[in-house]
Amino acid sequence: MSLVWLVLTPFLGAALVAAVARLGRSHAAWAAGAVTLLALAWLLPLIPTAFAGSTVLQRVGWLPSAGVDLVFRLDGLGLLFALLILGIGLLVILYARYYLSPRDSMGRFYASLLLFMGAMLGVVLSENLIQLLVFWELTSLASFLLISYWQHRADARNGARMALAVTGAGGLALLAGFLLLGEMVGSYELSALLAAGDVIRAHPFYVPMLALVLLGAFTKSAQFPFHFWLPHAMAAPTPVSAYLHSATMVKAGVFLLARLFPALSGTPEWFWLVTGAGLATLLVGAFTALFKHDLKGLLAYSTISHLGLITALFGIGTPLAAVAGVFHIINHATFKAGLFMAAGIIDHECGTRDMRRINGLWRYMPHTATLAMVAAAAMAGVPLFNGFLSKEMFFAEAVGVSATLAWGWLLPVAVTAAGLFAVAYSLRFIHDVFFNGEPIDLPRTPHEPPRWMKVPVEILVVLCLLVGIFPAQTVEPLLSVAAAGVLQAPTPAHDLAIWHGFSPALWMSLIALVGGVLVYVGRRPLFDLYERRIEPHLDAKAIYEYLLGRLFAFARRLTGWLDTGSLPRLLGLFFLFALILGAAGLASDTVPLTGARALLPVDGISLLATLGLIAAALATVVLHRQRFTALILIGAVGLTVALIFIKFSAPDLALTQLSVEVVTIVLLLLALYFLPQESPAESGTPRRLGDGVLALAAGTGAGLLAWAVLTRPYQTIAGYFLDNSLTGGGGSNVVNVILVDFRGFDTLGEITVLALAGLGIYAMLEHLRLPGPARDPQGRPWDADRHPAIMASFTRLLLPLALLVSLFIFLRGHNLPGGGFIAGLITAVALIMQYLANGVAWTQVRLPGSNMHPLIAAGLAIATVTGLASFAFGHPFLTSTFGHVHWPLVGEFELASAMAFDLGVYLVVVGATLLILIHLGAMHTASHEAPSPTKGDN
Amino acid sequence: MEALLALIIGVLTACGVYLALRRRTFPVVLGLTFLSYAVNLFLFAMGRLVVGRPPVLSATATGYTDPLPQALVLTAIVISFAMTAFVIMLALKARAELGSDHVDGEGGR
Repeated sequence: MSLVWLVLTPFLGAALVAAVARLGRSHAAWAAGAVTLLALAWLLPLIPTAFAGSTVLQRVGWLPSAGVDLVFRLDGLGLLFALLILGIGLLVILYARYYLSPRDSMGRFYASLLLFMGAMLGVVLSENLIQLLVFWELTSLASFLLISYWQHRADARNGARMALAVTGAGGLALLAGFLLLGEMVGSYELSALLAAGDVIRAHPFYVPMLALVLLGAFTKSAQFPFHFWLPHAMAAPTPVSAYLHSATMVKAGVFLLARLFPALSGTPEWFWLVTGAGLATLLVGAFTALFKHDLKGLLAYSTISHLGLITALFGIGTPLAAVAGVFHIINHATFKAGLFMAAGIIDHECGTRDMRRINGLWRYMPHTATLAMVAAAAMAGVPLFNGFLSKEMFFAEAVGVSATLAWGWLLPVAVTAAGLFAVAYSLRFIHDVFFNGEPIDLPRTPHEPPRWMKVPVEILVVLCLLVGIFPAQTVEPLLSVAAAGVLQAPTPAHDLAIWHGFSPALWMSLIALVGGVLVYVGRRPLFDLYERRIEPHLDAKAIYEYLLGRLFAFARRLTGWLDTGSLPRLLGLFFLFALILGAAGLASDTVPLTGARALLPVDGISLLATLGLIAAALATVVLHRQRFTALILIGAVGLTVALIFIKFSAPDLALTQLSVEVVTIVLLLLALYFLPQESPAESGTPRRLGDGVLALAAGTGAGLLAWAVLTRPYQTIAGYFLDNSLTGGGGSNVVNVILVDFRGFDTLGEITVLALAGLGIYAMLEHLRLPGPARDPQGRPWDADRHPAIMASFTRLLLPLALLVSLFIFLRGHNLPGGGFIAGLITAVALIMQYLANGVAWTQVRLPGSNMHPLIAAGLAIATVTGLASFAFGHPFLTSTFGHVHWPLVGEFELASAMAFDLGVYLVVVGATLLILIHLGAMHTASHEAPSPTKGDN
Repeated sequence: MEALLALIIGVLTACGVYLALRRRTFPVVLGLTFLSYAVNLFLFAMGRLVVGRPPVLSATATGYTDPLPQALVLTAIVISFAMTAFVIMLALKARAELGSDHVDGEGGR
């Protein structure tokens, strides 16, 4: 399971680093370094296996029932990337320690960096495509956090948002592409996919799938025309640019091309799309880089251009081109990370990145200058540096493939032109920064940075030289095994020698070198041309912002059209759309409305009750403006609903409905006191008519649907509950056993909702003061006797009896109709009666613990602890147990752990109900002063 | 008998929809109450109509109705109460804040 731990380590480490950062600035860096080393330690034992050419697969069951596992895969390609991510990550961690200023939060930086590292490792080590995509999106998110690290800067925030929007949109396309791919092959696992290239290429959905996958890869790897986010991401701290925007994250796109190479490549569509995008990016990047005055802007466009080069290599599609692509991934990561770090040092020491002001630094920091020059030479593709080797291979491949194409000669010309510009911008980087006169108006005088800040650059530069001079002895084994991982076949014979004789590629390199120098020397007219003619017209950011603005405007218009801030309109639209959907479903169905189930005969009492209910309901609607009358009428409707439950074998529901009805009506009565007693006649006849038609249609629809269901026979899963209720749940009231046992988890959720509703209402009512009317709607003053003596006395007498009933209902609930919900409601009603008859003040004094919050908390706690207790016996959450005890006098008595759960339900119901009503009642008393001291308040 | 229940569900839904479209908070709350009656009965109807066979196990029973919809509806009734309570308190709060019981806050101070 070491691969799982390898990926998890940075994620866990991120939390650790954030915590450790409080101890001191260096602590965070040390911790981050230690975490990275630990991750490397997980990787090391697997390296020999990967080098032997076998693929390591490690699987953890995740959702076995859905066939989804966490599967990690390590082959040559994964190994190469894991080494890049961890190795360069380690260097960046060291570098950032000296780069960040004392004002920057170390913990946040290193935690985000480790999050990114973990996500990136997840991308390169995933076997399952969906899993890969999850990590892919995580890299976008982590990159967002890192680019916007300096949150106070608007350019950082905007750059981060742009990167997230572009790569996030690409991620969505990629998801669609992966889903298509999974459908084609029948598996999301790479082992199956990479072996099924022929099936995929022959599939009718090949082209749409390819386009979607490429959208994902191209946005991530900043390929033209999606390249514009990368220069704006340069607002990130430079260590981030060195890590994400040169060595790792932008390589995720080309990683994907390499990863899926055996499955997708080898078709004309692949060749034209991938090579085309790669070449366009190569040229646009190399050309634009020359004209950027910002040091990091130059490097960003250079990165874009090199990513285009790698993409083009994979597009060419020959095995040797793939080898060259992998080789350039390695080389670009080393020299570009080094260059970014050098640029960061220069920025750090000079206080600016503008190359028009930074000149002649050779005299101030010769050591850094040497390092930067070596790395820049590698970037330019000068012989004896590593960039030269892979670029020569690229040139050779371009020449090779050009012979097979019409107008093929254009290809070598284009790549030579790109090489030429690469030489020119590398030369500009060296000459402008380190020579070219004296620095102009720098904020501070530059000098060499701290010793350890240069160490990472030194390591990278030494690697550039070693690989450049002794390729066969250094990089060859890793390159071979990585290329074999890409091809899923033995690596073809290739020669990493520096000297290949006078091949076309050598001539192209020479032309590029000489031409690059010439272009740099004669750059003035080119700069004029670019700044006057090209730059103002070619701003991808403007297009992006225009599109984004249009999208926002559209969203605003649509929202404004649907939601005018009017509830009746919104509800009307909602009902209308529900009706349209329902009617469409009904109309498209050819099955007859009435089913085959035998119907029950109608009896007189039922008919009478139905007529009564309908009359009461219609009367409520007709008289709804007289609110008190409407409330009484709706109470009658609710009570008849309880009768319906009794009639059709649902005693538990009838009890619940009955008690809820009482509580609801009391609540609405109390609330009505604070509202106008009558509604004004506001709606005109057309509106009322329209609403009536809508209501009638909705009613007809609901009625027809109910009829269709009621007349159809059906298959039920009730048999299981009926069979196991007594033996498994220890109760004969199946409804209650379902509530507290079979579906106990649902019930736990429901009482939590109830508790939250109670607390929400409490929060809403706090500090709420509403004036109550001093007189009733007829203008009469309220009766001075607010708590009539007879009623007060009777309710006091009734309280013990009512509590006894609720206890009885609670205890028998497991076997006979009753249970925690109903008992809780009955208790609540009994207590509310006291409040109503005797007044809030009188009852508060006599009722211990009238603060309901602890009661609700206790109920939830009991229910949860009962559920957790089953863990102690090795059972899943909320498994119930029961036994029979013999109580003296009472006799055989059953004790189920579910009863403790039901007690929790009971307490929450009592607590929440009382919490709501007592506070409303207390507001009542506070709202108006009693006209005179009353006899009832004793 | 099925026709009667279907009729009741239809009438309750129609009343609920009509009242929910009114302009003042109190009728809207009544409308929502109607809709919860209708929805609860509709869910209950998923278990079909059975007379005289409550799902309480006993040696003498000849059969049982489907207990599952009943369990679902039982909690739904309690939750509808919580919802009604929440909405009516919201109405009170709106009255206090806006000085009007119009659902869109019109005509307030």
